[in-house]
Amino acid sequence: MKILVCISHVPDTTSKINFTENDSKFDSNGVQYVINPYDEFALTRAMWFKEKQGASVTVVNVGNASTEPTLRKALAIGADDAIRVNTEATDGLSVAKELAEVVKNGGYDLVLAGKESIDYNGGMVPGMLATLLDFNFVNACIGLEVDGDKATIAREIDGGKETLSCNLPLVIAGQKGMVEEKDLRIPNMRGIMMARKKPLNVVAPVGANAVTTTVSFEKPAAKAACKLVDAEHVEELIDLLHNEAKVI
Amino acid sequence: MSVLVYTESSEGKFKKAAYEVTSYGKKVAEQLGTNLVVLAINSDDPAALYAYGAEKVLNIANDSLNTFNAKVYADIIKQAAEKEQAQVVIVESSSNSLYLAPIVAVNLNAGYTNNVVTLPSSTAPFVVKRKAFSNKAFNNTEIHSDIKVLSLAKNSFGLVENNVSGSTEDFSPLIIESGLTSESVERTTGKVTIADADIVVSGGRGLKGPENWGIVEELAEVLGAATACSKPVSDLGWRPHSEHVGQTGKPVASNLYIAIGISGAIQHLAGVNSSKVKVVINTDPEAPFFKAADYGIVGDAFEVVPKLIEKLKEFKANNS
Ligand SMILES: Cc1cc2nc3c(=O)[nH]c(=O)nc-3n(C[C@H](O)[C@H](O)[C@H](O)COP(=O)(O)OP(=O)(O)OC[C@H]3O[C@@H](n4cnc5c(N)ncnc54)[C@H](O)[C@@H]3O)c2cc1C
Ligand SMILES: Cc1cc2nc3c(=O)[nH]c(=O)nc-3n(C[C@H](O)[C@H](O)[C@H](O)COP(=O)(O)OP(=O)(O)OC[C@H]3O[C@@H](n4cnc5c(N)ncnc54)[C@H](O)[C@@H]3O)c2cc1C
Repeated sequence: MKILVCISHVPDTTSKINFTENDSKFDSNGVQYVINPYDEFALTRAMWFKEKQGASVTVVNVGNASTEPTLRKALAIGADDAIRVNTEATDGLSVAKELAEVVKNGGYDLVLAGKESIDYNGGMVPGMLATLLDFNFVNACIGLEVDGDKATIAREIDGGKETLSCNLPLVIAGQKGMVEEKDLRIPNMRGIMMARKKPLNVVAPVGANAVTTTVSFEKPAAKAACKLVDAEHVEELIDLLHNEAKVI
Repeated sequence: MSVLVYTESSEGKFKKAAYEVTSYGKKVAEQLGTNLVVLAINSDDPAALYAYGAEKVLNIANDSLNTFNAKVYADIIKQAAEKEQAQVVIVESSSNSLYLAPIVAVNLNAGYTNNVVTLPSSTAPFVVKRKAFSNKAFNNTEIHSDIKVLSLAKNSFGLVENNVSGSTEDFSPLIIESGLTSESVERTTGKVTIADADIVVSGGRGLKGPENWGIVEELAEVLGAATACSKPVSDLGWRPHSEHVGQTGKPVASNLYIAIGISGAIQHLAGVNSSKVKVVINTDPEAPFFKAADYGIVGDAFEVVPKLIEKLKEFKANNS
């Protein structure tokens, strides 16, 4: 089985979000970039298939050279090789089109991605990729087993879960549950050393056009101060929620 | 030309989100000077959508569609969009709609954006405001394609009554094969889900252990609320993963979010900040949640919450 894991390179979850150039650009000053948390679940599951079922694991990012440390980290976790499509990723559809080309050229049968990237939260790349390729697709995956070319997938639904089955090829958008949090891998020294020698191939983009553009960013309006209610007078809270906030 | 809204129903019944996207779609249609068409699949009462501005409902009744399949449904939405020459297609932000929307977008060669929180600020160019950076910011996004697909963030627009004399047309689309088989669906019954809830009561590590969750559940019951928890609580196995809310868990966009014994870490707040009103109950007045909350009580949850339950019961008895 040839697995491709799509890695989005995103600001660490504790990053302060600021904008520059008249609120038209994300300010990456002082921002630490990491593997998108959802993609870590996908990558960890891919490593399991590599170790238990002899799958090969390639990681891919669509982005400029600044994303390479993130791909190296994925190699240090255990992926065999990496591909970077050399273009600035600016919207979900163009990213999906670039990834589709990589999948076709590499003949992958299982593509693992995250359910959304925590920067733009677009939630679209995996579904678009699958549709462009005419592969099966399952969103919000919380469990994946593969036996030969048959896959069994659990997905989260509102208030429960659904179990599905299909044949490969398949695109998965994963999240927590696909593997347990405690099983997520962090690179060790040996992994980091080995990652330096693993291939990171830079390929030219097909040049897909973006169909969406950010015109400007906004920060949420400043909040009014929290109204404190005395612990001895909780009925005041009920009054406020009923008469002022009108939510009960 | 038209605006097409796809509404979901569960066992034939629309949920609030169906009326919300219809309300929103009506306003978008007015902005574009065109008509609203609403697509409903296996609904018992398509005419219920008229009250929110649905001039025309395309109604599909087909038992083979009782089990959701994203690819099949997306193809039906495409057929409806083509038939009605839709310029804009709008869906909810339920797990099923978020699953099918990117497929619809590719099918229609359309640009897609989710997390939409306002009406378009302009229709030519077409610009909408959406949440990004896990609720830490918004971006105004321009969609350039001829057809646009939007997913409306839950509870961002609200219900707008707009009674029209609508009509319902039966629609019998082609049903494609999908290659994906649904083997089983498990639902937690009898509980309000976080996705549907107007009120969410959430507990954190401050509650000390799973044996103490009785007060969280009772408070939720009195309020008709869903229960949720912080990430460490689910990591520790005190509560199921399905209750984990926050940046890496479920997003919460309820009317009221009550956080008990939760410190308010940035990753927690990112996921719950879209809730309209936030209440915090915490022993530590310095807990960061107080900066994000609208109302707060500095106090011990084990004393405050039982009192709150008692007073709420009295309130409910007097107000029903
Ligand atoms: C300077 C700059 C500006 C940008 N401006 C914007 C902008 O305005 N709007 C915007 O939408 N995006 C912008 N991006 C790109 C953004 O970082 C994403 O790569 C891309 O847009 C997809 O985002 P999404 O939230 O739609 O992804 P989602 O669909 O939420 O991502 C889901 C999954 O798809 C995969 N994936 C997503 N992106 C990539 C990728 N690049 N490479 C490999 N796999 C990927 C991952 O597995 C991810 O978990 C910008 C990037 C840069 C560097
Ligand atoms: C990559 C990443 C992603 C993350 N994603 C998420 C996420 O999605 N969701 C999430 O929740 N966290 C997430 N976290 C974890 C987050 O950083 C915090 O560690 C976590 O939210 C803390 O949970 P807590 O508030 O329950 O516990 P604590 O921070 O331990 O807070 C407990 C609080 O309870 C109060 N308390 C103690 N006793 C009482 C009492 N008797 N009555 C009332 N109050 C009391 C304390 O004063 C304290 O404020 C993430 C972290 C990382 C690194």
